[in-house]
Amino acid sequence: MHKLDFVDAASLRSDIPDFRAGDTVRVNVKVIEGNRSRVQAFQGVCIRRSGGGIRETFTVRKISFGVGVERTFPLHAPTIDSLDVVTRGDVRRAKLYYLRALRGKKAKIKEKRDNTAR
Amino acid sequence: MSNLQKNVTAVLGKKLGMTQLWDEAGRLVPVTVVAVDTNVVTQVRTAETDGYSAVQLAAGQIDPRKVTKPLKGHFEKAGVTPRRHVAEIRTADAATYTVGQEITAAAFEAGAVVDVTGTTKGKGTAGVMKRHGFAGVSASHGSHRNHRKPGSIGGASTPSRVFKGLRMAGRMGAERQTTQNLTVHAVDAEKGLLLVKGAVPGPKGGVVVVKTAAKGA
Repeated sequence: MHKLDFVDAASLRSDIPDFRAGDTVRVNVKVIEGNRSRVQAFQGVCIRRSGGGIRETFTVRKISFGVGVERTFPLHAPTIDSLDVVTRGDVRRAKLYYLRALRGKKAKIKEKRDNTAR
Repeated sequence: MSNLQKNVTAVLGKKLGMTQLWDEAGRLVPVTVVAVDTNVVTQVRTAETDGYSAVQLAAGQIDPRKVTKPLKGHFEKAGVTPRRHVAEIRTADAATYTVGQEITAAAFEAGAVVDVTGTTKGKGTAGVMKRHGFAGVSASHGSHRNHRKPGSIGGASTPSRVFKGLRMAGRMGAERQTTQNLTVHAVDAEKGLLLVKGAVPGPKGGVVVVKTAAKGA
């Protein structure tokens, strides 16, 4: 579709599951300490997906020791070891910036009830 | 002068655009994709005949009807079909090239340091702030309708003229520019692609010359 898609194709990852804003995800990030690497999990709510193709990114927000922490990852980054979708959220927006102003119970996202399957 | 002693490898290419990829360490690398279709040597200049040594490269397809008679004769002499773009590269080892020889993207290898020459995007008539990076005039404190003006352009009765070369508003861009010391991140010889780390002058589709860096070892 785009002129340079054939260059990007080599870097695209196909092992990332589908998820959208509102879903709770666990991102297993490769961390390099000196000469050894380990995997660190970052779990929180995906509040946005942005961009397209090789440039697509997503932002995960979590509350760590009472402080909101947001981390933005490139979707196709090789530093992401794996990504698990923990829960599907029921939200009516693509960008959940309103969560930043909310805390506690109000910042909770309803879990999506999937009734269509049965 | 260093170019006179230096062995320079060069190719003519077309800028396709920019994208990004990751290196082995997982760092994001911005790259410009340069498409290099096969270049041919159309002339070899030597110190004996021309007073300097250089190779002339040609690349790109052209409708044979569009080739002027003088250029047609020049390409016939080299024994190659006419090409659209021609460039001459000063190099010490010109004698090692032969007329008609083909040069591809494989002339470079990953990690090579290169200079890329192209024609920058034309910006049209531009003011001094955009064209020369002037600071302009304050947004407030009594400023009135002079926010992007250059200010004073010189004295009055002495020297009673404006000095030559004073930077003013005017045509910007569409000029030849060389970006030095870029790294070749990867080479795809089959597809004829050079992935150069960083930005390269010119619009997408613009013709660029990639050659061995003039500075450095």
